This record gives sequence, structure tokens and C-alpha cells, in this order.
Amino acid sequence: MDKQMTAEAVVAQLRDGMTLGIGGWGPRRKPMALVRELLRSDLKDLTVVAYGGADVGMLCAAGKVRKVVFAFVSLDFIPLEPYFRQARQQGAIETMEIDEGMMLLGLRAAAWGCPYIPTRIGLGTDVIRVNDDIKVIDSPYDDKEWVAMPALKLDAALLHVDRADARGVCQIKGPDHYMDDWFARAAAQTFVSCDELVDASYFADGDEARYVFWERSMTTGVVHIPGGAHPSSCAPLYGFDVPHFNEYNASAKAEGGFAGYAGKYILGRTEDEYQALVGGIDAIRKLPMPVY
Amino acid sequence: MSTVAKDYTLAELMICANAAAYADDGEVLVTGIGVLPRLAASLAMKTVNTDIMMTDSEAWLLSEPNPLGARPDGFRQMNETWMGFSRIFDNVWSGRRHITGGPTQIDRFGQANISALGDSYRQPKIQMLGVRGFPGNSICHANSWFVPSHNKRVFVEGECDVVCTIGYNPARLPRGYRLDDIDLRRVITDLCVLDFGGPDHQLRLVSLHPGISAEQVQDNTGFALHIPDAVPTTPAPTAAQLAIIAALDPHNQRARQLQGNPPGDRS
Repeated sequence: MDKQMTAEAVVAQLRDGMTLGIGGWGPRRKPMALVRELLRSDLKDLTVVAYGGADVGMLCAAGKVRKVVFAFVSLDFIPLEPYFRQARQQGAIETMEIDEGMMLLGLRAAAWGCPYIPTRIGLGTDVIRVNDDIKVIDSPYDDKEWVAMPALKLDAALLHVDRADARGVCQIKGPDHYMDDWFARAAAQTFVSCDELVDASYFADGDEARYVFWERSMTTGVVHIPGGAHPSSCAPLYGFDVPHFNEYNASAKAEGGFAGYAGKYILGRTEDEYQALVGGIDAIRKLPMPVY
Repeated sequence: MSTVAKDYTLAELMICANAAAYADDGEVLVTGIGVLPRLAASLAMKTVNTDIMMTDSEAWLLSEPNPLGARPDGFRQMNETWMGFSRIFDNVWSGRRHITGGPTQIDRFGQANISALGDSYRQPKIQMLGVRGFPGNSICHANSWFVPSHNKRVFVEGECDVVCTIGYNPARLPRGYRLDDIDLRRVITDLCVLDFGGPDHQLRLVSLHPGISAEQVQDNTGFALHIPDAVPTTPAPTAAQLAIIAALDPHNQRARQLQGNPPGDRS
């Protein structure tokens, strides 16, 4: 089976009003090339579920988003994502604001075919006050009340991985695969961009196969885009692009705002043209890892 | 017994006060969010509680805390096990953790806010981070708070604009829970150390930093504190503590965390 496809073909599978999960974490291993392709499309009214970074900010700024399901949206070294912040402060988006762990539970519930997973998390906080669709329930086993974290069913998940083969075996060799396995399992369709496309035999060694976190039956399509996580990181291949994020962040306060940024880098440009504008794949691959 | 240092900064005093909060925790994962709380957690792991576990802030549990910032050639991180974010939640939900976080608002119930400011949730005046892991942290394990600037904008008169954590608020107490089930530990500020040991879990003054008065603390807090008759002075760092802190922070990031890097003794 050959699941290779183009970014345009991925976006052609998506529809207005869909719920999209986006993998990665803040400024790390985001499928940004797929997000840029989304920005070039006329898709709208999306619900986005993410441990959010510039993926969420850009989609909000471009008016693609009806609702964001989030625990945070942050670029880490720039704590507050500028365009998510604008969208919230303009009252432009609906939200389901939940704890980071609740999002994991919601994805697991969807993956496991459960309507909800009971948890303590959220009790006593505004999470259960501001989210009408999160219910607090009785337990058949004790006298406490429990938050029923609903399944976060995804119409599609967009992920970026270090490498994949044509059948959709995906490897994440960086230090953390975050919740990408649960995004893949929670989604009806999972589209994965990869930095490197490899032959199936690449995974023959157990030390390589050990870094494959979901089975290929969970992968719908594979898009080979070296550097496709830029400006987010894809450790250990490259770190995140601090100067680029600084420019992106500054654009929110500049005249033209996101239209200026998107006009310069994304709209009317191919991914190859984007990469040439940010220094090319060799420069991306040399971006240093952050040190904490 | 190490000698008490003569010269130390307020940042170093706060690091030592924060480290002391972990002394009796036993074998738990400690997370200090931000430069000074991270140094405090690392100092505690090197001194008052060597059983502490901590991470590299990315994906590994460490047997030795990492120094802050750029590292010398040949530096080897001392990994103990993989500890990616999904496994962090397995630890959080087990309860074997103590964090020190830095909320933007804290109210008289010990409820904290890092999400957003303003009257309208739908359209906040200022969007901040989001609730992050605070709801789960607060109901699953011990929490301390670190406040670099003690004032009434942080210690608010009413409830937090967005209540991100469960606190000692009877009106929000879930069915089947007692207030004692909630484990708020210490609040370390630039003026003092507090805990929730007052009557009905009222925020209580534990110690005053050198040169700070109880009146000053109360005047900068938006609600009534429990102030015991005799309030001790926050212990000054020892020379040994300062040496460990300096080794953990070779680029002196701690000097840039508090405005003007004030001295620890302001008398």
C-alpha cells in the first residue's frame, strides 16, 4: 500500500466545520507545512484541538477557526501566542478551555470508543463552569462527584514526524512524541508530514521500531516535506527558529498584522518558496536545539 | 553546619525559602516553574531532600539537576528514565508531586489564575496562557506559589478572574470532598513566606524577609491575612547554599529575575 500524497491532496480531504487535531506541543514538532496549506485554502469554521502554538495562532488570525479546544497556546520562549491572544481578546472564537491532562483523557476516550472518561481534574475550578458541554456526574462506586471528560473525536489529525515509510509507519526519534499517538488514534483520518521518507526495512532494527508509537493502520496519508515543521522544531533534526518566531510575534503589532506575515511567507507561495525565504532546508537543519 | 551568609540577594533568599518547602516531601516529583523556582527545586534536591525527583523540563527524569542555560562542552545530563509529557500525567494523577507555580492572581481561598484577566470570559481583557495543567495539579498533589512582586493585583480582593485551581473555597467544594483534601503548601513572595495554616485555611504569615514589616505585607494584600503575634524572620541563606545555587546557575540568571536584583536584607 502506498499512502504518499501531497499537502494539497490532504487539504482536499478536509471540509468546512470539521474538528481537526494538530499534534506537537507549543513550538515543537508542529505540522506547519500542512497548516500553511490549510491557510492557502478556503476552509473555514474549523474546530481545532491542540497543545497549541503558532498552528493555532495562524489559523485563528486567518479566520479559519470557529472554536479552539485548548489548555494553553504558547510559543514557550514567547509565553503568549500573539494571534491567539488577539482572537480571544476580540471575542472572535468559541473555546473549550481544559486542563492538559483532560485533553489527553478526551483523546483517549475517542480512541477507545468511550463517550467520556471520569476524572477529578477540573473539579472546583472554572473549567466546569465555563464549558457547558463538560458534565459533572455521580459515580456508581462512591459518593463523590466526577468530571465526565467527553471524547474529543477528531475528523482528522495533522501530525509531523521525523520519518515515515510509504505505508504510514511513522517514527518520532525526538525526546518526546507528546500526545501524537493519541491524536492519531482519536481521528477518523490521520495525515502525517515527515522530514524523511524511508524504506520499510529502516524499521527492521528493534531500536528503530521502538520509536514507532502507533500502527500504520492509524495513518491515512504520508506527505514527504523535509523541514515541514519549520518554524517549530523537529528534534533531533532541528530546533525551533527563534528569529522567525520573533518576526512572527512582532508582526502582530505591525501594520497589516497577520496579512503582512502571511503575504510575505505563505499566501501565493509554494512550500519550496517558503523554505527559500527562510534560508532553505540546510539552514533549517542547522537550527540549534533549545537548552533549558 | 554552614555559616550564614552576610551578603545575599532577595532572589537567593526566595530560592532558599522555596527549597525549604520540599524538605518533608519524601520521594516525589518536584517541578519549579520559572528560573527561581527551578533553582529552588534543584537546591532542595542537593540539600534538604535528596530523594526528590525532577525532570530536564523536556522528556527525561534526572538523577542530578541540570544547571541553567548553556552548558560546557562534554556536559553529560544524568538521565534516570524517560518522562515524556504523557507520563508526567501518570505521575500527577498518582499524587506524588509537588509543584511551585507562579500565578498572575491568587485569591483568599488560595485559588490561582494563569488563564485570562477581565470580567468577560468570552472576551477577556487580557488573554494569558490558559489553565495549562493547573486544574489537575491542584486537585491531585501539593502546590506552592511563587510571587516575584507581592501586591494587590496578584493577591486580589475578590475571586480570581478565571479560577484555574481548586482552593479552600467552600462554595466550590465538590461533593464528597473536604477542604483538607486540598494540599496548598507555601506562598513565597518578595516580602514574606505564607501558608494556609490560619483559621479555616486563612492565608497566614509564616516569616518576614529581613527589613519587611507585617503591615507592609498586609497593605499589599487585597484580603485579610492571619498574622500571628510573633512572626520570625525568613532564615538567611548559608554560604553552602549560595555555593550550590551558584553552581546550578553559572550564568547568574537569578540576578535578572527580580527588578533591580535587590539585596536580601532590606533593613
